Amino acid sequence: MADKLPEQKQDLVVIGNGMAGMRTVEDLLKIRADDFNITVFGAEPYGNYNRIMLSPLLAGEKQLDEIMINSREWYDDNGITLYSGDPVEAIDRKRRIVYARSGAEVPYDRLLLATGSNPFVIPVPGNDLDGVITFRDVDDVNGMLDASKSQRKAVVIGGGLLGLEAANGLMKQGMEVTVVHLMDALMERQLDAPAAKMLQASLEERGLTFRMEAKTEAILGRKRVEGVRFAGGDQLKADLVVMAVGIKPNIELAQSAGLHCERGVIVNDTMQTYDPRVYAVGECVQHRNATYGLVAPLWEQAKVCATHLAQVGSGRYEGSVTSTKLKVTGIDLFSAGDFVGDENTEDVVFQDPRRGVYKRIVLRDNKVAGAVLYGDTGDGGWYFQLMKEGTDVSEFRDRLVFGRAYAEGGDPANDAGVADLPDDAQICDCNGVCKGDIVAAIGEHDLKSVAAVGKQTKAGTSCGACQDAVAQLVEATLGEGLEAAPDKITVCECTDLSHDEVRAAIVHRHLTTTAAVREALDWREPDGCHKCRPALNYYCVASWPDEAEHEDASRFINERAHANIQKDGTYSVVPRMFGGVTNPRELRAIADVAEKYDIPTVKVTGGQRIDMLGAKKQDLPAIWRDLREQGGLVSGHAYAKALRTVKTCVGKEWCRFGVQDSTTLGVELEHLTWGSFMPHKFKMAVSGCPRNCAEASIKDFGIVCLESGYELQVGGNGGTRLRGADVLCRVKTPEEAREYCLAFIQLYREEGHYFERTAPYIERVGLDHVKACVVDDAENRKALAERFNHSQQFAQTDPWEARSAQGVNREHYIPLKEVS
Amino acid sequence: MAAVMTDAEWIEIGRLEDIPRLGARTVGMPDGDIAVFRTSADEVFALKDACPHRGGPLSQGIVHGRKVTCPLHNWCIGLADGAACEPDEGHTTRYAVENRDGALFLCPVPKE
Repeated sequence: MADKLPEQKQDLVVIGNGMAGMRTVEDLLKIRADDFNITVFGAEPYGNYNRIMLSPLLAGEKQLDEIMINSREWYDDNGITLYSGDPVEAIDRKRRIVYARSGAEVPYDRLLLATGSNPFVIPVPGNDLDGVITFRDVDDVNGMLDASKSQRKAVVIGGGLLGLEAANGLMKQGMEVTVVHLMDALMERQLDAPAAKMLQASLEERGLTFRMEAKTEAILGRKRVEGVRFAGGDQLKADLVVMAVGIKPNIELAQSAGLHCERGVIVNDTMQTYDPRVYAVGECVQHRNATYGLVAPLWEQAKVCATHLAQVGSGRYEGSVTSTKLKVTGIDLFSAGDFVGDENTEDVVFQDPRRGVYKRIVLRDNKVAGAVLYGDTGDGGWYFQLMKEGTDVSEFRDRLVFGRAYAEGGDPANDAGVADLPDDAQICDCNGVCKGDIVAAIGEHDLKSVAAVGKQTKAGTSCGACQDAVAQLVEATLGEGLEAAPDKITVCECTDLSHDEVRAAIVHRHLTTTAAVREALDWREPDGCHKCRPALNYYCVASWPDEAEHEDASRFINERAHANIQKDGTYSVVPRMFGGVTNPRELRAIADVAEKYDIPTVKVTGGQRIDMLGAKKQDLPAIWRDLREQGGLVSGHAYAKALRTVKTCVGKEWCRFGVQDSTTLGVELEHLTWGSFMPHKFKMAVSGCPRNCAEASIKDFGIVCLESGYELQVGGNGGTRLRGADVLCRVKTPEEAREYCLAFIQLYREEGHYFERTAPYIERVGLDHVKACVVDDAENRKALAERFNHSQQFAQTDPWEARSAQGVNREHYIPLKEVS
Repeated sequence: MAAVMTDAEWIEIGRLEDIPRLGARTVGMPDGDIAVFRTSADEVFALKDACPHRGGPLSQGIVHGRKVTCPLHNWCIGLADGAACEPDEGHTTRYAVENRDGALFLCPVPKE
């Protein structure tokens, strides 16, 4: 078959209508809805449902329609052809056609295998009798529910996650359940011995019976199952036997098509099989020698695979670190990573048998390698995060086992025990929202995410410092009702895409206006909203500096008016004073303007500038004109997501301690960087000696002068959440300091999410990443600085001059009409 | 319902193109400004230039669909009904505005 022209639609065939396959299709539709004809084959006669919720379905806590992810209409609405109940039987990779049982033949340009896994059936006599079932799909659950109505005794073979959930469900349906397990401890792949004992005791209390270290030898019965026989000859009566001993990747089809398989279908980091036209995701896959049976890795795989199918992808799947929670109502259990340890690990253990609490944290080189929590799992997410990020815990190791609240200390908003606070404890200090308000809103409005709580109550929507606490309240209030899927942060409610996905599309698809982005990425609201429009405007301008133009209608009023709006609708005016240095002429111009235009308040700012507050909007162009003509002053961009100020001390020019000329360096940096548009405001400082009087350690980019050169610091913040800057490196000359500064700013401009300061940006990508891009790779540093300088050509025009001398946007500052 | 209006009560305030698309301009009245909005579909709406929350100037907000987001605390106000979007509660006074072949006419008597 000949390849298609780029503008022709590609045929994508998906084999498998399960969670991994459909998540990939959903992710693909969000990036490129129009470029594919999509055909889906599913062996089961349903739409696409949430397999994780089979346990609650069995336990009677959910109904089938509640666990459906996509209805038939969804397939129709998205132009997807669905063959359900029609498994694919063969793939001809040469001719690129799949053949289904129904006789359907469908050609493909790209093929996605998502065939999932099959339950493992132990090879014993009688395993095919009536009443012997597995626990894998809706039919299995229906079979168990039917049996529970007429039968009494159930035996579940397998004491792992799946087996225990099946046993719990059957018990809830009124059956007498015995769990048979080959090992001497339950869930041995997730739990250590003490936690497994506590779990077993708790399940026994609820009414389950266990038969440990028992090897099933035969299933007894003539036509229908009547019992189970174990090695040694013991027998147990049974009306229903559920096999829940494990799963194996379903690779038959892939193997018969000649694709390389071992335990699973072998894929690389872009989810491609050995045939580059064929991708595979989910439980059928073997990646870097690992196979997965949990949901989080599937989401990660689907996301990577979708971007590569859409040809906008640079993302790679590098394997997943997984954690487990048991979905048995009322039992709190968490497990992640290496919880057994070896000769190179140390255990930190906390045990309180009376409260039924057990915690074991396994440390390797002072980093969390694994954790098992029983009874109190509130800090599971935190330990998991420490583990994934490889955080060195030596500083709070003595408090680690008591949880985040004690380990990090102090701040009640970070308190893992936020659930224990009284209802009138204020959680959001900006909007005055108390714990009781949030909990009530979660219940009344069925809220499931921090974003939803924010929308309803305003908690966490201003400075954002309390969002962790809100997240904990959501988790504590919903408990088991919380969906297992990770809470993806989208740009806003107009789209399901993340900031990174949107920016990748803008770059790869050459989108230069916010309207083009919304159109290309299927925005739900044609105009977008006040959250996404400024973000899209930023990404377009930052990605295409010589083509994209700022859209006034998509900028916050301060950036449209070039002044800061105040609570009474007046504005403040802050002229630029490079490096905080001024002179009599500038000061005289400011004094004259303040008198002439009745400026009520004149104040010195924290960034070493002078702020004139209370200016009327219609006076702004005249104020700017006077400042320029009389004082030579230009805009200080105090209103913009841009370089704000470079704060300096007087340095060795005057100070008896100064070791370098910090003032000159600060003035130079400000001349290089003013006017540059960034994800958020950006502050710099240069201190002339390690006494650090310019407070460089709480700036986005700070320089502390040393006798031998300059220490460069990044990601400091003195605002919402105090964060001392990280040391990037030390350099010898001011030329180097300038180049590193420009390179860091450009990296932040290219990778920072809109509205994300450098502090959270660095915490998200990691200091090592920043060092790798800016310090270790000299060529990349130069390239970054060059891209910054290129964009500055278009950014460094004084907006005040344009508006006061050239009449730009004159109508912004005057009423349409005055009626007296 | 407003009192019966005659043509004499309508004021010509300017032309449609005087207002930026997805933007607003104000009309200064003796008892406070009225904001006149233009949507992406070139519809025009008029509201008192004060958010029901803390009186923020709605004319300075970001317009999207038939809504405007107040620049002070991000309340979202419907242009057609003057009502705050859920979960916020409150109303801003509405005024009638008409586009007659590109010329805009405002009736400065509150709609309700």
